[in-house]
Amino acid sequence: MSHLSARPENPVVGEALPHESAVLHVTGRALYTDDLHPRTKDVLHAWPVQSPHAHARVTQLEVCAAYEIPGVVRVLTAGDVPGVNDSGTKNDEPLFPDEVCFVGQAVCWVLGETLEAARLGAAEVRVDYEPLRSIVTIADAIKADSYQGATRTVRRGNAMSALARAAHTFTGEITFAGQEHFYLETHASLATVGDDGRVFVQSSTQHPTETQEIVAHVLGVGAHEVTVQCLRMGGGFGGKEEQPHGFAAVAALGATLTGRPVRVRLNRTQDLTMTGKRHGFHAAWRVGFDHDGHLVALQTTLTSDGGWSLDLSEPVLARALCHVDNAYWIPDVEIVGRVARTHKTSQTAFRGFGGPQGMLVTEDIIGRCAPLLGIEPHELRRRNFYTDGQTTPYGQVVHQTERLVRAWDQVTSTAELERRRGALAGFNAAHEHVKRGLAITPVKFGISFNFTAMNQGGALVHVYRDGTVLINHGGTEMGQGLHTKMLQVAATALGVPLSRVRLAPTRTDKVPNTSATAASAGADLNGGAIKDACEQILARLRPVAAERMEVPVEDVRFEGGEVRAGERSMPWAELVHTAYLSRVQLFAAGYYRTEGIHWDPEIMHGTPFKYFAYGVAAAEVEVDGFTGAYRTRRVDIVHDVGDSLSPLVDIGQIEGGFVQGAGWLTLEDLRWDESDDPERRGRLTTQSASTYKLPSLSEMPEELNVALLERAHEEGVVYGSKAVGEPPLMLAFSVREALRQACAAFGPTGHSVVLDSPATPEAVFWALDEARRAYRPAVPEPTELGHPVQVTQV
Amino acid sequence: MTRISVKVDGVRYSDDVEPRTLLVHYLRETLGKVGTVVGCDTSNCGACTVHVDGRSVKSCNMLAVQADGREVTTIEGIATDGGLHPMQQAFHECHALQCGYCTPGMIMQAIDLVGENPDASEEEIREGMEGNLCRCTGYQNIVRAVQQAAGVMAGQAASSSQAGE
Ligand code: FES
Ligand code: FES
Repeated sequence: MSHLSARPENPVVGEALPHESAVLHVTGRALYTDDLHPRTKDVLHAWPVQSPHAHARVTQLEVCAAYEIPGVVRVLTAGDVPGVNDSGTKNDEPLFPDEVCFVGQAVCWVLGETLEAARLGAAEVRVDYEPLRSIVTIADAIKADSYQGATRTVRRGNAMSALARAAHTFTGEITFAGQEHFYLETHASLATVGDDGRVFVQSSTQHPTETQEIVAHVLGVGAHEVTVQCLRMGGGFGGKEEQPHGFAAVAALGATLTGRPVRVRLNRTQDLTMTGKRHGFHAAWRVGFDHDGHLVALQTTLTSDGGWSLDLSEPVLARALCHVDNAYWIPDVEIVGRVARTHKTSQTAFRGFGGPQGMLVTEDIIGRCAPLLGIEPHELRRRNFYTDGQTTPYGQVVHQTERLVRAWDQVTSTAELERRRGALAGFNAAHEHVKRGLAITPVKFGISFNFTAMNQGGALVHVYRDGTVLINHGGTEMGQGLHTKMLQVAATALGVPLSRVRLAPTRTDKVPNTSATAASAGADLNGGAIKDACEQILARLRPVAAERMEVPVEDVRFEGGEVRAGERSMPWAELVHTAYLSRVQLFAAGYYRTEGIHWDPEIMHGTPFKYFAYGVAAAEVEVDGFTGAYRTRRVDIVHDVGDSLSPLVDIGQIEGGFVQGAGWLTLEDLRWDESDDPERRGRLTTQSASTYKLPSLSEMPEELNVALLERAHEEGVVYGSKAVGEPPLMLAFSVREALRQACAAFGPTGHSVVLDSPATPEAVFWALDEARRAYRPAVPEPTELGHPVQVTQV
Repeated sequence: MTRISVKVDGVRYSDDVEPRTLLVHYLRETLGKVGTVVGCDTSNCGACTVHVDGRSVKSCNMLAVQADGREVTTIEGIATDGGLHPMQQAFHECHALQCGYCTPGMIMQAIDLVGENPDASEEEIREGMEGNLCRCTGYQNIVRAVQQAAGVMAGQAASSSQAGE
């Protein structure tokens, strides 16, 4: 067992604890960024002037009339920017644009004494536009050759010649939707300027360091002039990784210009129309199988819908390309990826970061090809699992495949899949208009940022003279329980009770140069850093204890708030006080970097991931043949979180991730106006919770069983744990595949079901109707109804 | 401006408000009761749920002037004598929250639900809480928490009615 992963006796990690802020949350005392403004004096409120065009040149901007509105204090425009007029890191996202690239883009911002004054002022700003040609769909972008960033290819062997030799080959394509984050707390920032001119921005950001950098470059000052703090977020899911910077910059710019605190808080429609979402993708593929149903080759081209600017589209695409294989060994592979440029919000990180999109392609392929091969989908999946020592298409050796098999077997037996498949066949035979489907799907998800440099974390640990401990680390809390875990790590590392340790909000002046809290890596990176800091402190305390207790240094142990050596012991607080008097440093900066990873983004090759997280889910659904309406009867999950740092938190992440994934795949239907009407084109038509369907209690599985995989110690990670934030989202493929199977049950054996994503009841209806009509292939099909059959045996 | 007089969490307030001020904005901005949050603005998410005269109301869907002369209870007013309300306790213990943003509304809705139907079945809890969205938890623990609190509240009701005999 490695030093990093080994746990002491009676560790605080591993205890099932509620969220560290739970009492604050249940009493309404927990503060979010926008809760701060009522307690701040003289705050100005900001309101954006939003573009009505998907693509247009701004020919004139006339702001005078806004100042006629009582309470309007300032209109912020490009001319006010002392530094760089850009809200991103790629210099392709002007904060105040002279060419608008999506409906809803902010052209300028109005500051008012009240939000109402700012809103009325914004309505008075006159903007003249010269409309330009716009591209709204991926299909249009492909047709127009509208791409941005680099095209990347993952290649192994020779997919073309392997396809030519394969016993069975199939070809098809799929276009699938993105997803709105709908964190319940919309974006918010509050900026103030100190007496020395330094700027303090409180922001709902998953990436305080980058927010700080963007604010600094907009203001034209050094990063040390700007401090960013994130108290906590009301959900992030990736939507606050790259997107908060511009809003923070507007607040900071307004504050420096007026000398007053400035608040930016998006209302829901602004948030939906201005901020990026999960990328939708298009994929075209050719796949080959041998006589036994083993995958032999895959050639696929993935096109993501990046929206108007690059944002994180390139790394999202890289992760998508690295997850097309999911859990399956495919000898010869060519996976091409490119980012389409369309006139929509700039699509961004969202839990899974491209991984789910890559996996969807292959799970879709398997779901569609299984009936054509005459093999049960669960059998086809299982038959193609990686075995240890095989490598991924991008060159990383796959380990721990035994865990995947164990999870698969455990779900198969505890969910009684054998028995239920029989019962289900009986049910389907007995019911003409209602059918059930049952599917089991695997997840293999790579942990670490693909971009190697981001795999570092920092922490600051203070031990005060009374023995209490205060920790700071670079990660942000958005509900995922990172702070809970970090408190547990610190208490474990120092051998003190949890009650001795407190955690302070994330701030860039405490821990600098942090990575985004993303890629599920928050606990791995910051936990490693906290443990390092704690161990530095213990290393200094140990000789003091040894001298005081007259024992050899190596005998000194710290546990439960006591310092022990053999029979002797002394209280932690007493040792700390003694150490202070002996002039021993009682605080430390900790640091961690993930070892053993490397990645060449040019050739898409290397070992980008520290390890893989595994999981398996089985879902059963029931579909109504008249309407396509369905319900999820039961879901069983076994997921690998290593040795859990905090089991309640981890199970919560699994349940929440699964439901969010099911939302993406079945309910959440982002609609953009694709018409040519210049008044409407490019408009997001699902602009609020009344039109964008989120999973609610009524769509929950009737039964959901979640278990953590046992015997799952992870050698190279803090206290043997594994990351948990993103991987469970992809367990939801089980629901999509169960729906496909239920649709198939309406048709003849061997019918391949093409299912849209999201598989809304409407999409399910068309898929099952297609299956029903497959009984009558001789009847010519009205082409405007249903789908063209996209899978063909070549 | 219209003068309203309203009791919030046991304290009486009189304020001049614009007639179109929403109750939630009055609570947050005028009274500083930021425990009640805004999630959607369109009365879909339930994050802003409070009680008006004991019944749950989405406070983004009600004008402050409509609360005139009435009694409003927010998440900040349900703990008693320093002790948590059983519903708060249950949400805490069952890990029925992650980011916590939906939590105040969930708790207020759940208290009303259980008050209305003390023996609510799991089915009825799901249905009764359907108007409150949570983006984080997947709802499992929320249902569990409501069930646990319902049990405790039933016990309390029984013992207090005995004490009253
Ligand atoms: S903010 Fe009131 S229901 Fe969403
Ligand atoms: S806990 Fe985040 S929305 Fe419910």
